[in-house]
Amino acid sequence: MARHNVTVTVNGEAHTREVDSRLLLVHLIRDELALTGTHIGCDTTHCGACTVLVDGVPTKSCTVLAVQADGAEIGTVEGLAGADGMNALQEGFMQEHGLQCGFCTPGMLMTGTALLAANANPSEAEIREAISGNLCRCTGYVNIVKAVQYAAAKTAADGAGEDN
Amino acid sequence: MAPRTSAKICGMGHSMKRKEDPRFLQGKGNYIDDFTRPGMLWLDIVRSPIAYGKIVNIDTSKALEIDGVLAVLTGKDLEAYNLHWMPTLMSDTQMVLPTDTVMYQAQEVAGVIATSRYAAADGVAAVEVEYEAMTPVMDPFKALEDDAPVLRTDKEGQEDNLIWHWEAGDKEATDKIFDEADVVVREKMHVPRIHVASIETCGCLADFNPVEGHLTVYMTTQAPHAIRTVLALVAGHVGLSEEKIRVVSPDIGGGFGGKVPVYPGYVIAIAASVVLGKPVKWIEDRMENLQADSFARDYHMDAEVAADASGKIRALRIKTLADHGYADAQAAPSKFPAGLFSICTGSYDMENAYAEVDAVYTNKPPGGVAYRCSFRVTEAVHCLERIVDTLAHKVGKDPAQLREENFIPKEAFPYHSPLGWEYDSGDYQAAMDKAKEMIGYDDLRREQAEKRERGELMGIGVCSFTEVLGAGPSKDFDILGIKMFDSAEVRVHPTGKAIARFGTKSQGQGHETTYAQIIAEELGLPAAHVQVEEGDTDTAPYGLGTYASRSTPTAGAAGVMAARQIREKAAKIAAHLLEVGEEDLEWEPGTFSVKGAPDKSVSIQDCAFAAYTNLPEGMEPGMEATNYYDPPNLTFPFGTYICVVDIDRGTGEVSVRRFVAVDDCGNIINPMIVQGQIHGGLTQGLGPALYEEMTYDEDGNNLAGSFMDYLVPTAVETPAWETGHTVTPSPHHPLGAKGVGESATVGAPPAIANAVVDALAHLGVTHMEIPIRPDRVWGVLNARGVAK
Amino acid sequence: MIPPPFDYHAPGSLEEALTLLGRLDDAKVMSGGQSLLPMLKLRLATPANIVDIGRVPGLDSISEEGGYLRIGALVTETALEENATVAARYPILLDTAKVIADPLVRNRATICGNVAHGDPANDHPATMIALRATMVATGPDGERSIGVDDFFHGLFMTALQPGEILTEIRIPSPGQHSGGAYLKLERKVGDYAVAGAAVHLTLDEEGTVTQAGIGLTNLGMAPIRASAAEEVLTGQHFGDHSGLRGAFRRVREAIARTPSDDELIAAASQAAADATDPVADRRGSVDYKRNMARVLTTRAIHKALERAAARTPAGG
Repeated sequence: MARHNVTVTVNGEAHTREVDSRLLLVHLIRDELALTGTHIGCDTTHCGACTVLVDGVPTKSCTVLAVQADGAEIGTVEGLAGADGMNALQEGFMQEHGLQCGFCTPGMLMTGTALLAANANPSEAEIREAISGNLCRCTGYVNIVKAVQYAAAKTAADGAGEDN
Repeated sequence: MAPRTSAKICGMGHSMKRKEDPRFLQGKGNYIDDFTRPGMLWLDIVRSPIAYGKIVNIDTSKALEIDGVLAVLTGKDLEAYNLHWMPTLMSDTQMVLPTDTVMYQAQEVAGVIATSRYAAADGVAAVEVEYEAMTPVMDPFKALEDDAPVLRTDKEGQEDNLIWHWEAGDKEATDKIFDEADVVVREKMHVPRIHVASIETCGCLADFNPVEGHLTVYMTTQAPHAIRTVLALVAGHVGLSEEKIRVVSPDIGGGFGGKVPVYPGYVIAIAASVVLGKPVKWIEDRMENLQADSFARDYHMDAEVAADASGKIRALRIKTLADHGYADAQAAPSKFPAGLFSICTGSYDMENAYAEVDAVYTNKPPGGVAYRCSFRVTEAVHCLERIVDTLAHKVGKDPAQLREENFIPKEAFPYHSPLGWEYDSGDYQAAMDKAKEMIGYDDLRREQAEKRERGELMGIGVCSFTEVLGAGPSKDFDILGIKMFDSAEVRVHPTGKAIARFGTKSQGQGHETTYAQIIAEELGLPAAHVQVEEGDTDTAPYGLGTYASRSTPTAGAAGVMAARQIREKAAKIAAHLLEVGEEDLEWEPGTFSVKGAPDKSVSIQDCAFAAYTNLPEGMEPGMEATNYYDPPNLTFPFGTYICVVDIDRGTGEVSVRRFVAVDDCGNIINPMIVQGQIHGGLTQGLGPALYEEMTYDEDGNNLAGSFMDYLVPTAVETPAWETGHTVTPSPHHPLGAKGVGESATVGAPPAIANAVVDALAHLGVTHMEIPIRPDRVWGVLNARGVAK
Repeated sequence: MIPPPFDYHAPGSLEEALTLLGRLDDAKVMSGGQSLLPMLKLRLATPANIVDIGRVPGLDSISEEGGYLRIGALVTETALEENATVAARYPILLDTAKVIADPLVRNRATICGNVAHGDPANDHPATMIALRATMVATGPDGERSIGVDDFFHGLFMTALQPGEILTEIRIPSPGQHSGGAYLKLERKVGDYAVAGAAVHLTLDEEGTVTQAGIGLTNLGMAPIRASAAEEVLTGQHFGDHSGLRGAFRRVREAIARTPSDDELIAAASQAAADATDPVADRRGSVDYKRNMARVLTTRAIHKALERAAARTPAGG
């Protein structure tokens, strides 16, 4: 089995590792780079607990080889908060009680991040469709929808403030 | 009810934002797979592809040739230490690894120990096991027939597949009512085998220190203390006595009852760590989780209700067959083998009732756990709430009205049910009124009538459930003899901040927040200043864990009692500081003041400082208390749920248009968290009602062994839940609170099923089995000639 | 769930990819990997080599030229969903993409992969049958075109030869008066179809069906063309029964018992159901699945007719 040198930039920091062909991206992130915020919840690409951004695109990292991500910019939950604390989406999850056990939460956050980047003011139906590849067993999704809406509203209000 | 404390203190009634959230939101949770140790090895498990058969040979040679594979453990290896079997929580026995026979598909057959998870997986693929397949017993009814093979030949004296027979109530008196009743209705129903499917699977990291003979197990368990004791009982003979075992339950990615049992994988990992003297980690994958971990439900019920001609319920009779799989590994720590099934008389006053359950062995995985409910309450409620609709249909009454006419009146509490429970409090009509108002019940009935004229299928389902939870009073509840109390230990530091430790274990319920609010309520310390810890058996007081919605009723109450002890001491200190008698003090949360002189006061923080610096003569220093709380009774939350469904006549698809849930869980500690618990519970009721089911073919193959076929609802299938509440405090809980985490899981399935049946009632349909799949509905439509 | 060991190759050009496929034993082509990687993790596939064409330039475009919509091997479902030409002129493709797996999987999953996998449970094959698409396979001897009716050979079996890559799908551009729709019945988001029906209808100036395409998903060992159903619809005129034409029609119906629109559509849908050969499983019985083929075909025909009627000649 061949080994490959892989360089990924995770949350702005470049890492190079020599990996096996078959190493899954999620294991590169969790086991090699020790970023354990990204989780694993199934074997069949259904649950979305492993969702990360690959060049900005939300991706199930259990269904991508590490070698496929060579050269990519990876975004994980650890990269969301800034120097001034949690971002609007994280804050939305806290304010609207959009998480309980927290296990699906990083995947939800990464999917939500990509949704809001593409659609600043998504409808409830659009949010539900966007997160339909991320399973949550605790919240019943109602408050996750509200959390995304909270972030959309807060970002819009902040933007309006800056325009003034 | 307005909160008694200020927003700064944030006691009961405040929707405090959760203290645990920042770490989860920033990827800093500590779940089991996040733990690692230097030199850590990996366990992966070889599992049986067949449901029943003899093991002819296990060839490990090819596995051992793989780079990184260090050892393969089999049942024979464990037998040398008498660790190849273990007791279940129901005092049955279960294999850890088989020495000769496999009893269900996906049973653990051997453990591969390797230096990486990849090498361990390769090792599993390379172990060659030769089986001699036998014909499995998959049908629980056939399991009881005379010619059925006896499955548990390992159990002395076991001559058939009956595990136990249990009954409750007065059979003779109940039969007599049935004989003379105006109306009798009967439904046979199956509440099928399902799985909790928490998004985090199970796992552990066993770390045995051979020098000190000390074992630390990091483990996804809802009951760390009980697990430590079980480990000491199972492995005491190999030197693991209880003081040398530490169980740490880290952040848990969902439990729902599935993380109560001890699974063979845990024991194999521990055995491997002890034998090899190295840390060994085991993380099951999703297919192992679904196929081998404890199931829930699987009750086949034959229910009858006797009533008078007006629909007044007189008696209930239920005969049940419970499929337990290969072992009775229930997590039902009560004196009753069928758990709390005898809550089956529910919210209705009746003269008598009789329930019986026969439990049988089959070649399915052992269990079961209470998937987000108290033991067997979901089965009981589903049975009753379904058949009450059949009765309403039979006597021609609106199902809501028939319920109202049969409710236990609020004046009747505390109410003694025919099957022996004392309901603490209830006002069922209030919850019904609120639910009907929220959903616009009468308008919906009009809309339904109009749609029926046009041939459209719309249904309205009602469920008025009574839950029973908070196990439990020690007279009825124990795990292997250990009483089902729970505990709290509260310590206030000199600067007025506190740590509170509990014997329970949160899996997402937000204990770090609600427990802090409970302490804040009682001591007037800001909840933000109360650090809550659980899950480490070295530091937390002994407790039985979190399941059956028992945390608030037991450990929460213990927290109240411990805080009150501290407040009593603080009052003495305050009197000392203010130089008045204790009887001259008034207490407002956070402050002692002198009666009639409110400017003369000291804060709880002042008292805490004085407890270490300026004590009254003769008083013991420090400010801490421990309480072990044995509740005097269970709590009985209740609610009314109303669901509206539309059915596609072409495909049989059911869509839940609206769902209103009105819950009453007594006094509420954190309204935001309670609502979140209801949302989650409803979704775990929607799943079994429409999607989730663990099925097997006659050869014993699991047909729902991954998320491809075990259908967990997504945000698209899940409706926008509407919630409301009424408040009827528990008279015996020190805060008037009841549990809440599971009410919705219990109440939602019959509400949804009743809505579907209601949509089809004019076609003569009285029952639909859950999950109500489109093909099942279409079958009914097609048979009645209304499929489009 | 851990994939078995294999060697990984990421060619930088199509030529290199073809060379690798020619040289390596037991090699499997990977594009988005959303079908292959789960099979590897379950160890249902154990290839010695994986040739990832993800870095081959020039395979990721969607363009409409020369009378065809051309979809390259690396075009993802998401890219299809976001493409303006597809949204305006090929709504059936949009229907199809939107019901595949879930949005995260669609970010990596490719249309060509969905087709090349040869899985009758996949959704695009039925749509390609309805649209009469052509598969372009590139191998050591260059390109060859394979009509969709010659492409699917059975469960996970296609006309692709070892060493060949499905590099492009060509879909004939729709006529002015045409419309199509894909409908899928699934148990929940992320599920394979209980049944799926793709219908594409081309009408003439007068509104008569000149060509009908009907493909069915997960109702047999391979994707199915419902030829008999197509024949029922071809040559028929639907919808606008007003004016003189409508009057004639009504008279004809009355005298000669010419079937009504609903009767025709029902006959076509029944013919579609009769073309299926499903197996009973957790998604339903054989009877249920056949009936769902019928119900979905009916609904897809209606939607296709609606879309055909709504299309303005200028908009194409």
